Amino acid sequence: MKEILSVTELTLRIKFLLESSFETFWVEGEISNLRRPGSGHVYFTLKDEKSQVRAVIFRPALKSIRFDLEDGMQVILRARLNVYEPRGEYQVIADAAEPKGLGALQKAFEQLKVRLQEEGLFDPVHKKPIPFLPRKIGVITSPSGAVIRDILTITGRRFPSIDILIAPVRVQGMEASQEIVEAIADMNAHGKADVIILARGGGSLEDLAPFNDERVARAIFNSRVPVVSAVGHEIDFTIADFVADLRAPTPSAAAELVVPIRRELRDSLNDLWRRMDRCCARLLESVREKTVLLGERLRDPRRVIADLRLGLDDCSGRLSTALSAGIAARKTGLQNLRAHIRLLSPAAKIRERFFVLENLHKNVVAAFLRNLEGLKKRLDGDVTVLDSLSPLSVLRRGYSIVKKLPEGVIIKDAASVVPGDDVAVKLSLGGFRAKVVKIEEG
Amino acid sequence: MAEEKFEEALEKLEEIVKKMESGDLTLDESLKAFEEGIRLSRLCAQKIDEAERRVEILLKTQEGFDVKPFKEKDESDH
Repeated sequence: MKEILSVTELTLRIKFLLESSFETFWVEGEISNLRRPGSGHVYFTLKDEKSQVRAVIFRPALKSIRFDLEDGMQVILRARLNVYEPRGEYQVIADAAEPKGLGALQKAFEQLKVRLQEEGLFDPVHKKPIPFLPRKIGVITSPSGAVIRDILTITGRRFPSIDILIAPVRVQGMEASQEIVEAIADMNAHGKADVIILARGGGSLEDLAPFNDERVARAIFNSRVPVVSAVGHEIDFTIADFVADLRAPTPSAAAELVVPIRRELRDSLNDLWRRMDRCCARLLESVREKTVLLGERLRDPRRVIADLRLGLDDCSGRLSTALSAGIAARKTGLQNLRAHIRLLSPAAKIRERFFVLENLHKNVVAAFLRNLEGLKKRLDGDVTVLDSLSPLSVLRRGYSIVKKLPEGVIIKDAASVVPGDDVAVKLSLGGFRAKVVKIEEG
Repeated sequence: MAEEKFEEALEKLEEIVKKMESGDLTLDESLKAFEEGIRLSRLCAQKIDEAERRVEILLKTQEGFDVKPFKEKDESDH
């Protein structure tokens, strides 16, 4: 009996069969025919040399993919299978993607680097200082192989008493990133290690993928314990290198950077010891010297008094000498002044003036007498003249003067008298009285 | 864990020695500095000469963490 299925029944059976036998799987291939319709989902064909399959990544899943999907890119997808009944087509629905192959890896690396840099994860201000002498070093790496052995050897050689705490992880492959993230968190939670070395040996870019993983980068950034990255590749940097607090070119170098050499520390400690000791010795010596010097300068006060006494004597001696010398000097000075003032005395001048005055006096008297003589002579002449003019001399020549009495008026006109008037006649020698008898007209 | 860190102690010691060497300290200060210097250098020496190290492996358990001594696996394991 034939069983006849409807298309729908067939499709449903296929759907059940396929979808239940391919629950979650990983598939790798090259992207082609990539389309991004308005829905925001991404449709493309995943292919290899011989086959191809339709693939889709829905919008929510795209957020967790940290690189840009492009045609020609080799990717590994985490997917499940889906049968779309209306078209009878099957396709893979991917919810995670990782780049595969050098080109894609390189691209993803660059993209992530730029993004984290812009976000500030590499900023030096976030770099925590590496402790100078850690008590315990956390090492996140594979528990087997050369890396852990090198780290143990070098740290042990440099400073044999620093504890090492190992968080074993896979450093390669799909699960590595998650394990590293957890190991960093564990180290922080455990809290005993005061520095973390995250290490692996060298490898290809693909091998190093976990160290270029964004989750690992963020775990390093968020670690309170400082992280030293030590991925064994001298030239290339991983994202972990950029975000780590310190980058070591190799795991061995990390061990050297984190651990000081005990002998050197001991040497410098001893050096400090010696210097300190020397300082103290020198200081004590100088104090001793100072004490001796001060002791020498400390003197018996009686000696000081004797000295003072001597000094006093000396001083008084010098004082009296100085005093008499001073007096003598002043005496001489005084004498000098006296002689000087004598020279300046006005007596001489007075005498001189007096002499001049005397001369002047004599001159005046002489001149006066001379004048007087002149005047006498002139007077004598005048007296003779006067004499000749005198009425007496007229009288002597025979004239007389008649005066009317009683008035005594001299009569010059006969008309001024009348007969009978008394008159007095004055002669050269004596006179007489008379009476007017007759008037004779002139 | 409030004890002084080695580096800080060493730095302090260095500072003290430099100060003493500068000769700027009084006798009293010098003696105090010397005392402190001795203490610091003892502390540093102690840290330097601590006992042998432990190399352990960190294990997560349900209660938290556990550590056990680390034994290096054979080369064949590599």
